[in-house]
Amino acid sequence: MSQVLQRTSATGTRATKVIGALAILVMVWVVVSGLILTPQDVVQGESVRIMYVHVPSAWIAYLAFIFTAVASASWLISKKHSMGFDRFAGASAEVGVMFMAITLITGSLWGRLTWGEFWQWDPRLTTTAFLFVTYVGYLAVRRLEGSAEQRARRSAVVAMLAVLEIPLVHFSVVLWRSLHQGATVLNPNGDVKMDDLMLFTLFSGVVAFTLVFVWLVLHRQRTMLLVDIANRQGLDAAIAARKTEGSVR
Amino acid sequence: MKSDSSMPVSKGKVVTAVFLKDVQIELRSRVVTNQVLPFAGLVMVMFAFALDNDDVLQRVAGGLVWLATLFSLLIIVQRSFAIDTADGALDSLRVAGIELSAVFFGKAIALAAKLVALEIVLIFSALVLYRVDVNATGVVLLVTCVFCATSGLAFVGTLYGGLTAGAKGRETLLPLLLLPVVAPVLIAATRATEAAFGSGGAQTSEGWAWIGLLAVFAAVFGVGGSLAFGSLIDE
Repeated sequence: MSQVLQRTSATGTRATKVIGALAILVMVWVVVSGLILTPQDVVQGESVRIMYVHVPSAWIAYLAFIFTAVASASWLISKKHSMGFDRFAGASAEVGVMFMAITLITGSLWGRLTWGEFWQWDPRLTTTAFLFVTYVGYLAVRRLEGSAEQRARRSAVVAMLAVLEIPLVHFSVVLWRSLHQGATVLNPNGDVKMDDLMLFTLFSGVVAFTLVFVWLVLHRQRTMLLVDIANRQGLDAAIAARKTEGSVR
Repeated sequence: MKSDSSMPVSKGKVVTAVFLKDVQIELRSRVVTNQVLPFAGLVMVMFAFALDNDDVLQRVAGGLVWLATLFSLLIIVQRSFAIDTADGALDSLRVAGIELSAVFFGKAIALAAKLVALEIVLIFSALVLYRVDVNATGVVLLVTCVFCATSGLAFVGTLYGGLTAGAKGRETLLPLLLLPVVAPVLIAATRATEAAFGSGGAQTSEGWAWIGLLAVFAAVFGVGGSLAFGSLIDE
């Protein structure tokens, strides 16, 4: 175990350093281009710049939750039940929740500027909010007491249940809105004609956020490994201490 | 439950035994009838205090019935699993080597029975307190809605109750996990009930679309729950 600890005593590797540096570079470009170089939108004005944060963070949040589901399914299916899958699922969900919070906050700020309201009961918005709450619950399940194995099984099953739940929530909200009022006329980006620089900045934002996501998940899953090892060593040390106590007596 | 040790007990028998156990505990302790039902009734009265308008109450009666049901569901589920974990009953069932999906269905049916009793009282209190009316076709819709919605709630409640059973801080964790999942039931059951009550000029026929959603929900979580329940409580 000490070998494992030595190998992972720092969470950075050459690969993560490269990814981190790239993330900073692309992010600086997105900030400069998004705030200064790109023009205002004809309809939305300056508020269009929120899009360079909002769209990439939404994309990352969805990517993160898909990743969590895939990692959880892999844990359940694989015969060895490798804890790596569980750590990746957990790390990805944590980062996903953070990006979903950014999505909801930036989205409602944009909504206030554009629609005059922070929130609309649009199916997409409502489902996103539910997704957020569901994964906050998932993180709470990961914090329940128990062994790493118990945590892995419980959280993998909960992640799979979330995959069942989210389409049902989305479908019911769509049905709710469509039966109660005409489809809400909200099309945040669809009818916006974007010039090339705007599109490129948006694309760069997606790349930058993806790099940040990868960097965060890699580091987070390694700190999780260290925590697991520390917990196990703490237990081993306690057992050894009791044993020596017994032998002294 | 007599059985040869080499012969596994049939699934149906386990379902019945677990169901009867839960119902018997309720009949002896009377927690649902003496505590949860009065609580739900109180919630209905408190809604009236908060909204303070006869027309509004009539309009939103369906939603209030199902909100009160969901709040009570949280209490009943917690109670149902607190009994099992306190006496190590779930552990005993696990080491007995019986199919845990049968335990799931047994507990879910018992939970459904309690919920139906609760919903009947809530709907009657809506008729009396909020002055809603139901016609004959509305009653058919309402009964179907109660059946489908209760099945879904019972499956999900049992599943997440099993997950949080025995965990520290389950009182706060259960609502966080359960309420987002049952949101489709709240939406669909409320709309169907409003159609049955004719709230806001809704036609009874409008309600049937929602019954389909409730049935799908119950089917998905019935199957999903029976598959997942074992691994959630098996530790």
